Amino acid sequence: MTLVSISSNLLFVAFVCYLIATMFFGGAVKVSGSKTSASERRWGRIGIIVTIVGFIANLAYFITRWIAAGHAPVSNLFEFTTAFGMMVVGAFILIYFIYKTPLLGLFALPIAIIIIGFASMFPRDINPLIPALKSYWLTVHVTTAALGEAILAISAVAGLIYLLKNVDITKKTKQRFWLEAVMFTLVLVLGFVASTTTFSVMDYEAKFNYVDKEQKEKEIIYNTPPIFGMNEFEALTPGTMTPLAEMPSIVNAKKLTTVTWSLLFGTVLYVLLRLITRKSISALLKPFAQKANSQLMDEIGYRAVSIGFPVFTLGALIFAMIWAHEAWSRFWGWDPKEVWALITWLFYAAFLHLRLSRGWHGEKSAWLAVIGFIIIMFNLIAVNLIIAGLHSYA
Amino acid sequence: MNNIICACGHENPEGTVLCGNCGRPLTKEAKNQKLADMRYEGTARRSQTYNKSIIDKIWNFFSSVKIGITIIVAILVAAAIGTILPQVLYVPATTEADIAAYYERVYGTFGKIYYELGLSDLYGSWWFQTLIGMLGISLIVASLDRFIPLYKSLKKQRTKRHESFMKRQRLYAQGENILGENSLAKSEEKLKELRYKVTREDGALLAEKGRFARWGPYVNHVGLIIFLFGVMLRALPGFYVDETMWIREGETRAIPEAPGFYLESKEFILETYDKATEDEVFGEAIDRVGTIASNYQTDVVLYKKPEEALPGQTDDLKEVKKESIQVNHPLKFEGYSVFQMDFRLDELKTMHFKLSNKASGETLGDLAIDLVNPETSYDVGKGSKVELLGYYPDFSGFENGEPQTKSPVPNNPAFLVKMFTPETPEGETSFVAIKQTVEPLGDNEFKLEFQNVDTRDVSGLTIRKDKTLWILALGGLLFMIGVAQGSYFNHRRIWIHESTEGHLVVAAHTNKNWFGVKKELDQVTEAAQLPPYIDQHDTEGQELKEDGEKSS
Amino acid sequence: MAQTKQKRFILRTIILSVLVFAIVYTIYNNATKEKVEVLGIGDEAPDFTLVDLNGEEHRLSDYKGQGVFLNFWGTWCKPCAKEMPAMDRQYETFKEQGVQILAVNIAQSDFEVQQFASQYGLDFPIVIDKTKSVMEAYNIDPLPTTLLINPEGKIEQIVRGEMTEQDIAGFMEQIRPE
Repeated sequence: MTLVSISSNLLFVAFVCYLIATMFFGGAVKVSGSKTSASERRWGRIGIIVTIVGFIANLAYFITRWIAAGHAPVSNLFEFTTAFGMMVVGAFILIYFIYKTPLLGLFALPIAIIIIGFASMFPRDINPLIPALKSYWLTVHVTTAALGEAILAISAVAGLIYLLKNVDITKKTKQRFWLEAVMFTLVLVLGFVASTTTFSVMDYEAKFNYVDKEQKEKEIIYNTPPIFGMNEFEALTPGTMTPLAEMPSIVNAKKLTTVTWSLLFGTVLYVLLRLITRKSISALLKPFAQKANSQLMDEIGYRAVSIGFPVFTLGALIFAMIWAHEAWSRFWGWDPKEVWALITWLFYAAFLHLRLSRGWHGEKSAWLAVIGFIIIMFNLIAVNLIIAGLHSYA
Repeated sequence: MNNIICACGHENPEGTVLCGNCGRPLTKEAKNQKLADMRYEGTARRSQTYNKSIIDKIWNFFSSVKIGITIIVAILVAAAIGTILPQVLYVPATTEADIAAYYERVYGTFGKIYYELGLSDLYGSWWFQTLIGMLGISLIVASLDRFIPLYKSLKKQRTKRHESFMKRQRLYAQGENILGENSLAKSEEKLKELRYKVTREDGALLAEKGRFARWGPYVNHVGLIIFLFGVMLRALPGFYVDETMWIREGETRAIPEAPGFYLESKEFILETYDKATEDEVFGEAIDRVGTIASNYQTDVVLYKKPEEALPGQTDDLKEVKKESIQVNHPLKFEGYSVFQMDFRLDELKTMHFKLSNKASGETLGDLAIDLVNPETSYDVGKGSKVELLGYYPDFSGFENGEPQTKSPVPNNPAFLVKMFTPETPEGETSFVAIKQTVEPLGDNEFKLEFQNVDTRDVSGLTIRKDKTLWILALGGLLFMIGVAQGSYFNHRRIWIHESTEGHLVVAAHTNKNWFGVKKELDQVTEAAQLPPYIDQHDTEGQELKEDGEKSS
Repeated sequence: MAQTKQKRFILRTIILSVLVFAIVYTIYNNATKEKVEVLGIGDEAPDFTLVDLNGEEHRLSDYKGQGVFLNFWGTWCKPCAKEMPAMDRQYETFKEQGVQILAVNIAQSDFEVQQFASQYGLDFPIVIDKTKSVMEAYNIDPLPTTLLINPEGKIEQIVRGEMTEQDIAGFMEQIRPE
């Protein structure tokens, strides 16, 4: 067995551990009554032990892949996103040992699982480094930035628990709508995973010629049935579906198709869930969140931001600037990824000021934490996939 | 100005919320609040109290955190809008007209509007820079305004506070004094163990730690101000050099904006990954993506002219160092950095021809023309020679019968030659371009046959000198220190008073991380048998606790 | 009380105006950055020394006391080719009166420059800036650019682009020593 395959297996082990740990944390929350009981502690302890085992496997994946590739595995979308998921777990373990709340695990681990699952949908082969990435700053900058984002993500988890507990879902309110919208978005990510997996199991492939925005002829391979065709497309693989609509040259119809499939699968998944359970997802999860102490969740949310913000600043801005100065000759160039890191930073700066000076505690603070996480995920996913820039290596 | 006289007799300046001496609430709102606002306890933020002149109004505008947040959000939104389409900087067009056309061609009407609104150069626009400037003013004014009140409120801390102050603290306890006179001593012992600074004053105790954490925000704001100042300096001439140079293999060129320095390019190297040899793990990626570059490198020699030499005198340049400039490894000297940024492969360098007889195909000899430094005459051997009459490095056609060149770069070299052989001692004139031979003076017997070319690569280098870097670094460093100081340390205070009826009153405050201070207060409560405290903010936890107590 | 109030007013006014000035100045400077010139009119012309086609060295400071008509050019540049014969004709008139032409070619081969000079029968000294160091020192862009240097060695005028024969005569007149 090669080091690369050992590495992949370790990641799978970690993934399974996180799934199991989630169940134990669920158990811990379920069995406990209004006060801390011995069985809650027992379930919680098993949960955290399994989490730690998973985390060690995850770290081992990281290290073995590092050895195999000769560089830190943070150089493409799969590697970076996986590392981010791993760090979310790491940040959760850290927070768990401060606050001892199994409930946080019940929500943080599924988020990490979704992130890692999402990551696995992208090409998983080991990339050699292009010259711009050949620097120890790759390791330093990317890991610190990911760690900062992971800690900030924990604040969103706490915020989500706070909202699930405190938003009144019996009444038709804006809050209820948006909370369910956040849940729906998470289901859409699952939809992406489901659709990509389905078509890759089917080994779907359709080749097309098209004309890009510079008027050049190019070739593209779809791995999902083409709903949308590229500009002036011409099918090369016989017996595949004909695109339903042709897109202008500035739209990448392949990505649009992937998004559409994810939407379709996700929506079907969501509708099925609602039909089977006859409840909204918020309502499904509310009983678990009901046992949370709002004050503690608010505190954890704020604490995570105040721990994560300096780490994020260091990794995503300061280290980034130092490296950009070495590699691209300027420390700041208004590249979309840079701009979105700045936006994230400004957002959390505003968050801290609103909280400290304007007294935005509780629900408002929880919403901000969730929005912050959405911005981070936008920077991670959309900026790489949609907006072209210096960072779009993947 | 109207001073407020507290019930304890202390005179407080206007605008004070909590008495500077005893901590009693002074304003009506403060009296009605369940919990005290502890930010500048005992002092007034004076800026708020004067609002007479226009200057005061502007000042107060920038001093307000609400305005600060508004500015932050405005910058955030603007920055986001700027990422919708690529900025001018990343667009492959240089002139205004080309850029405008590019946006319209590629992004349609939306692109046109985006460009017309100036969003394509958003970060360079005057209004975006004004926003950043306003943020700077806000940072400075807000910091100045809050520095003195905070200093005062931290400086003059009384050990003994009024009961109404204690009651308005989030963590509060009141109850029986079990250990009597030992309570304070026991508490002090435990608090010192927890590394608190403890002061005592007849029947009252104040324990404090992490006061410096309160300065964190000021330190990080100063850091930001310095950073913005550094950014501002770059706009001034002389602080910042940003030049590009193209240099061909074998050339020696003066480095732009670096007087007296010369660079010679020895070689440009482009390497790619090869899965067949050492890069086996990358096999799949290489198969999927195609060729992947592993290195761009220019091997250079840096020279400096002697002190007394003038520009143009390049005979006795002194070698400073040999270096390989790679991406991520710039050449550095005297504050300058030279970066590997771009390249062009295979520019023509030398052209090889053979002189042959058109009819028989017999070859008389070879000649090589150095396109950078052609000679007037080439001896081909066997009594033949070729004379160069004209050289057109970038041949673009004829004008009035004259061959033209559109640039000095040998992109499409052409020559006007005269060929002399033993058979044609008078010489034959021919015009030779890459795919074209013209015989202007009638048919020739001989021809120059193109054989092959030698090429060389061109490196695109960027030259930077940035005198503001250390200022930016200092700003960044201060920011990190400040933000760590404010985030990773907390200012915690615990007050314990012996009240007259033989009771104890306990209160605690922290600027953040209540969980931490509770854990410590738990320990003190246990050690000195203090009355159990309640978190007046945490109603749920309180109910739970009470439930628990009832059921037990 | 009134005094401290006034003091505060003055202090705040000063701080705010300094900040506003700094910001406005920065924005203005950013907006006009491209137009910042390294050399301006009235500056000392940087000294240099270059070798001409005959192997003779020409040092700018050797021509102190004469007006120097410093022209940067290339053989491929059309406007240069147009103005050079005119320069040559005016040179005939003005060289007696103490005006010197130095034509600096930018890093081309001896062959091309020599060929150009003989094609147009140019008499004034033509030097080649092989390393572009003189071009850098004078921050030349675009070609042709002509600098008029007076007998004191100061820059009188910087002319970017093509000149007519009339212009040339006028410029030479301008730097002619009294």
